[in-house]
Amino acid sequence: MALTASTADDTLPPVGSLVARIATFVRRNPTILIGAALLVALIAMTLAAPWLAGDPFRQAPINRLRPPSERFWFGTDQFGRDVFSRTVYGARVSLIVGLAVSGLASLIGLAIGLSCGYFKRIDGVIMRVMDGIMAIPSILLAIALITLTRPGLGIVVAAIVIPEVPRIVRVVRSVVLSIRAQPYVESAIAGGTRTGKLLARHILPNTLAPLIVQATYVCASAMLIEAGLSFLGAGVPPEIPSWGNIIAQGRTFFQIAPWTIFIPGAFLAVTVLAVNMVGDGLRDRLDPRLARRM
Amino acid sequence: MSPLLEVRDLQTHFFTRDGVVRAVDGVSFHLSPGETLGIVGESGCGKSVTALSILRLIAPETGRIVGGSIRFGGRELTTLSNEEMRELRGHKIAMIFQEPMTSLNPVLNIGTQIAESVVRHLRLPWRAARDRAREMLELVRIADPKQRLAEYPHQLSGGMRQRVMIAIALCCNPQVLIADEPTTALDVTIQAQILDLMLDLKEKLGTAIILITHDLGIVAETCERVFVMYAGRMVEEAPAASLFAQPRHPYTRGLLRALPRDEAGSDPTGARPRLTEIPGIVPALTQPIPGCAFVPRCAFAVERCRASPPVLTETAPAHLVSCWETARVAEAVA
Amino acid sequence: MSVPLSLEVEDLVKHFPVRGGLLQRRRGVVRAVDGVSFSIARGETLGLVGESGCGKTTLSRMVLKLIEPTSGRIRLGGIDVTGLSPRAMWEHRRRVQIVFQDPYSSLNPRLSAGTIVGEPLENFRLATGREKDRRVADLFIRVGLRPESMQRYAHEFSGGQRQRLGIAKALSVNPDLIVADEPVSALDVSVRAQVLNLMITLQEELKLAYLFVSHDLAIVRHVSHRIAVMYLGRIVELADKRALFANPLHPYTEALLAAAPVPDPARRRAKRIILAGDVPSPMRPPSGCRFHTRCPYAEPACRVTDPPLLDVAPGHQVACLMRPAGGGVRPVARSNGSRDRFL
Repeated sequence: MALTASTADDTLPPVGSLVARIATFVRRNPTILIGAALLVALIAMTLAAPWLAGDPFRQAPINRLRPPSERFWFGTDQFGRDVFSRTVYGARVSLIVGLAVSGLASLIGLAIGLSCGYFKRIDGVIMRVMDGIMAIPSILLAIALITLTRPGLGIVVAAIVIPEVPRIVRVVRSVVLSIRAQPYVESAIAGGTRTGKLLARHILPNTLAPLIVQATYVCASAMLIEAGLSFLGAGVPPEIPSWGNIIAQGRTFFQIAPWTIFIPGAFLAVTVLAVNMVGDGLRDRLDPRLARRM
Repeated sequence: MSPLLEVRDLQTHFFTRDGVVRAVDGVSFHLSPGETLGIVGESGCGKSVTALSILRLIAPETGRIVGGSIRFGGRELTTLSNEEMRELRGHKIAMIFQEPMTSLNPVLNIGTQIAESVVRHLRLPWRAARDRAREMLELVRIADPKQRLAEYPHQLSGGMRQRVMIAIALCCNPQVLIADEPTTALDVTIQAQILDLMLDLKEKLGTAIILITHDLGIVAETCERVFVMYAGRMVEEAPAASLFAQPRHPYTRGLLRALPRDEAGSDPTGARPRLTEIPGIVPALTQPIPGCAFVPRCAFAVERCRASPPVLTETAPAHLVSCWETARVAEAVA
Repeated sequence: MSVPLSLEVEDLVKHFPVRGGLLQRRRGVVRAVDGVSFSIARGETLGLVGESGCGKTTLSRMVLKLIEPTSGRIRLGGIDVTGLSPRAMWEHRRRVQIVFQDPYSSLNPRLSAGTIVGEPLENFRLATGREKDRRVADLFIRVGLRPESMQRYAHEFSGGQRQRLGIAKALSVNPDLIVADEPVSALDVSVRAQVLNLMITLQEELKLAYLFVSHDLAIVRHVSHRIAVMYLGRIVELADKRALFANPLHPYTEALLAAAPVPDPARRRAKRIILAGDVPSPMRPPSGCRFHTRCPYAEPACRVTDPPLLDVAPGHQVACLMRPAGGGVRPVARSNGSRDRFL
């Protein structure tokens, strides 16, 4: 009854040891690792803020506009506040905004994208709505929302999430459309898989890779937008240090105290770069269109 | 007659993340003027890479010819400059590919695509080139050639696109036409048309053809000589009749026995005999193989086969085999 | 007959609307399948051959109700499933399963082989947990794979092994009928034999019915009991395998047989029938007999009358005006085998 079992199967490649697989991963994905390492360092720095940095709020006019030194690693601003301390605390805002926006936009975008991609009937209407929302620039939206309520971290997050959702919806939807056409989906339907399980088990997991890649780009983008909003005064309230408003406040004295702008600016640039590196690396690694045959 | 094309011990390797892939690992053959040579093998055996190597079309970032010689018209192709190779390609040696959909430029009309080649190689003025393009369309039996010149690839069917490919390939009267799976993507009745056309043109123009395919039926019908490739190496070379009647390599024998044949139809009970399988699968080309590449799947393998690679030897007139145990194989077939 | 036929198809039609323009108006219709009838008994293989555009893929999907027919009837094991909604159809899906052509895209890359094969068992609540694993292991052995490889992912298997996985999955619910859509076309020659042998063995053991769709005549000949030849949405000839190959009655069948390359140089045919031209578009099928534009035997009547599929000999049906029911004289070709004319 059993056919020549051994002949067909003798040739599956062996699964390597854990160490070997990790080594291979490191060799093949330098971008992800560098980006991830930078981010981990940043997060560690943020978490260690209470011990690492001093008091970001303490004003000491006697120390105003001091250049970087032993005592004040990144110098001081016009109120005598420690720039190093403010930068480290500012990192928190950027990280929270970045993660919150990408997380929320992903969840909402995923739900909408899955529905649009799979159910043709609602697709047309919802995509036109998404197009409309995409047209709203976050800066104007933020200003409008702040005018209606009061400034706060939550408002900033909301203002950035709303225009970013359509971007994710587009990506998810297009992936769902292409997956739907795949024979393995037909195979699952023929095998009796119902819609709910089909979406959850066959379609959703295959959308995660491109979704994660988009989410990293949204994160980077959100950090930049938040900094821009804070710079314009439409973001986080000025008491809370954010890289954006540190730069804004340093603008006046830029020529005599450039460190107040350059240092937070450099941190922002490096963070965004790190997030983008992780995103690029993941995209290269996970791109489903490359139809890898191993 | 001295051969038109002579390949000796060709080796082409690809450099990938997983190691060096020995796609072509010591292939030698020759092609005489006006002859039809078939290269047969399954996916991954190196037949397409051999063809691309002849025309030096292997992308330098991915791989290169690491050894061997290719002589054409008295010149050594492996050492020619890029400019000299460009002179040859499309002019003296032409190639057509499997997918006519993607081999034609979608934004240029047919006339331009054929005329381009004529202008480049024959140095004719544009008007004369267009006339030649029209002649070529007639030659490949396309109706209304004048009208077709202005059409775009998407307006043509698969069979017609392949005819256009043939027209482009032959417009400068090359001495060698390399056809890499030219009909695999086509329906069987269209395939018959295209093969018939190719053979007819070969008669008319005297072009030698290298036909690369995995389909033994096509080889039997169109080729005069055949050689069989496996895992980057040549295993058998013979005139077509001799190869099919008396395969002397276990792989060739296995392939022929694995094909569904007529016997089923003549059985009065209509019973369906089992096809003879070749157990196992093709080896990975990243590992160097000390002996014969076919050993894991070979019913005739002995210790010697594992230890040293067999040498291509002539066992019957014009019939070369690369196998230590070919005598036993010949007995089994007889 | 006490045992119901595995599959019965009556006058099945599928027309796809073609929409265009800003308002997506209906511009035309693609007559993918235009009136097809046949049946398949238990343990029997019906081979379905035809070239691109003939409708065999659409037909195979309709049998599974993955595409809804425009009209006609489909009966699975005697039960009429034509009008059933997708929800109602669900419980009948156990009776008919499918094996796909492309071994690479027919298995979900994110699931393990065992999960893929066991999914239908879960779906129909036939087995869960340990029992399911046991059954999946049995299926693996049955198709010639080692049960230990259940945890592996699809990409770790070769093409032939993947097709075996597809077959194992199809077998898991003990269907009456398996639709095999070009199951070996994407495989190497040396591997095809393995998979075809497996399919034949399974059929003999389990009395499965197969609808075996293929463009490769040699394979269809080997595997089938009866063969249907399709052209532009219709069946033009339907016969016992031996009768079809020994005595093809429809000109298109003749041309197909003549065109198929035979791996035997000694049999290079002296006279070849090479069809001229391309297949007409299914949006605008020719008037009268659909094949008349390429037929070497075409008469003026063929342009006008659409021949029905009729019994010409016992068990041998043909749709050709030159073949009246009850047999007739073999017509003479008008040109010398209609050598590849200008298109």
